[in-house]
Amino acid sequence: MDEPKIRIENVSYFYDGKPALRQVTLDVPAHAITVIFGPAGGGKTTLLRLINRLNDLVEGTRMSGRVLLDGEDIYAPGTDVAALRRRVGMVFALPLPLPGTVRENVLYGPRLAGVRGRTQLEEILVRSLTQAALWEEVKDRLDDPANALSGGQQQRLCIARSLALEPEVLLLDEPTSGLDPISTGKVEESLFQLKQRYTIVIVPHSVQQAARVADYAAFFLRGELIEQRVGREMFTAPRDRRAEDYITGRFG
Amino acid sequence: MNRYLVQRAGFALLALAALVVVVPILLVIGTIVVRGMRAINWEFLTAMPRDGMKAGGILPAIVGTLLLSVGTALVAIPVGVGGAIYLSEYARDTWLTRAIRLAIINLAGIPSVVYGLFGLGLFVLFLHFGTSIVAGSLTLAIMTLPIIISTAEEALRSVPVEFRTVSASLGGTRWQGIRNIVLPQALPGIITGVILGLLRAAGETAPILFTVAAFYLPRLPRSPLDQTMALPYHLYVISTQVPGMPAQVQYGTALVLLALVLSMNVVATVIRSTFRRRRQW
Repeated sequence: MDEPKIRIENVSYFYDGKPALRQVTLDVPAHAITVIFGPAGGGKTTLLRLINRLNDLVEGTRMSGRVLLDGEDIYAPGTDVAALRRRVGMVFALPLPLPGTVRENVLYGPRLAGVRGRTQLEEILVRSLTQAALWEEVKDRLDDPANALSGGQQQRLCIARSLALEPEVLLLDEPTSGLDPISTGKVEESLFQLKQRYTIVIVPHSVQQAARVADYAAFFLRGELIEQRVGREMFTAPRDRRAEDYITGRFG
Repeated sequence: MNRYLVQRAGFALLALAALVVVVPILLVIGTIVVRGMRAINWEFLTAMPRDGMKAGGILPAIVGTLLLSVGTALVAIPVGVGGAIYLSEYARDTWLTRAIRLAIINLAGIPSVVYGLFGLGLFVLFLHFGTSIVAGSLTLAIMTLPIIISTAEEALRSVPVEFRTVSASLGGTRWQGIRNIVLPQALPGIITGVILGLLRAAGETAPILFTVAAFYLPRLPRSPLDQTMALPYHLYVISTQVPGMPAQVQYGTALVLLALVLSMNVVATVIRSTFRRRRQW
């Protein structure tokens, strides 16, 4: 395997002294979909939020270990956190459009990053919405309030909003948990398109989804990384008993 | 006793309680409007007082109150909203910020005459602003700050934390998230707080008593360091300090003050509902 895009190195993480991750070491390959799955409370969301330092916003936490992006420690002193978050985009479980129009939502990040040219912004708008498989549905509604879209459209808008910054990595935290099967299918479809250009880390909302999208899979249980495999192998022949029990539905 | 009767008696008592609140207010407003209307004419609103304030108009008092409100707003809005942003968005939960919050709550309960004496000591005497619009505005601003800070902080906190997270995840700094998302969403609440505070300032007598108010000054103020007449103090003066004052002038002055304050209130309500319709959560 080539140099991993992201390397998580012996990371432990605590909320008010309570451990959420225990000595996790995990490589995330570039241009592939890596699935982080396991029962609730396993530290999946925490792990995602460490990769773009969103957990910095939470008080009373402690971390040890290193997180490397292209070989560089993103927790090194002097790291430009805003710039890091432009390289590592994130989509949340609940679609939360910012107040404002569809256009304003997509262009929020680029504008903050200082992009001013009209044609450039227009290009970003079309490209991001197309990549998120939303362009055809909203091209005539760009100046409508974003929260007038359906739930599934809102979530793809949130994906487009992240893609507008042309991140290198896209983190998705149960992006389809509130969506119907058709919208879910559309989101997954756009993920397959996106992995050509981006490195994707996703916490799926079900084992079935994990199996559908995973190039690589990592099974987490109570803050520990139990098993890490190529996706196909993980879901057909897991080695660890607990992973097998979870995948086959014996617990969860 | 029949439980439906008990319920009915309960409702009747509650309705009575509501009536006890509303009736005196309506009586006060009604009396002032009915008896004050006769005094209101163009001269009353635009002329200087004459004959020891028994005749002429109350223009200097109106202008003085407007100037004091503007001066108060100029100081209290930036400081108050800035303080609220700091407390809600930046300050961590430490003993210091808890002490600040406690102080703000307690400041809101201090009698206004104490603010007046404080203003006299600090602004008029120690800082040599003299009895002036500057000193009066600063005193009123300090009195207004607790109201503005606590309502603005409440408004900021009611904006869902997820908006801040989303903004950060799109490469926004903390300030960019506040500036672009949080503040616009909190604006209706902040405006409400600001206007509530300014209303209180516009109607207060005690804080301006020693710091700016002139007993009788039949001209418009010439500079921020000038004294001025002001409606609440003028009302106090003509009601208690000048024998033989026509009741009509007293009611007229009260009506002008009431109209000023109530119209600010209406403006606040309109602004609030306009913004609220645009809010998206």
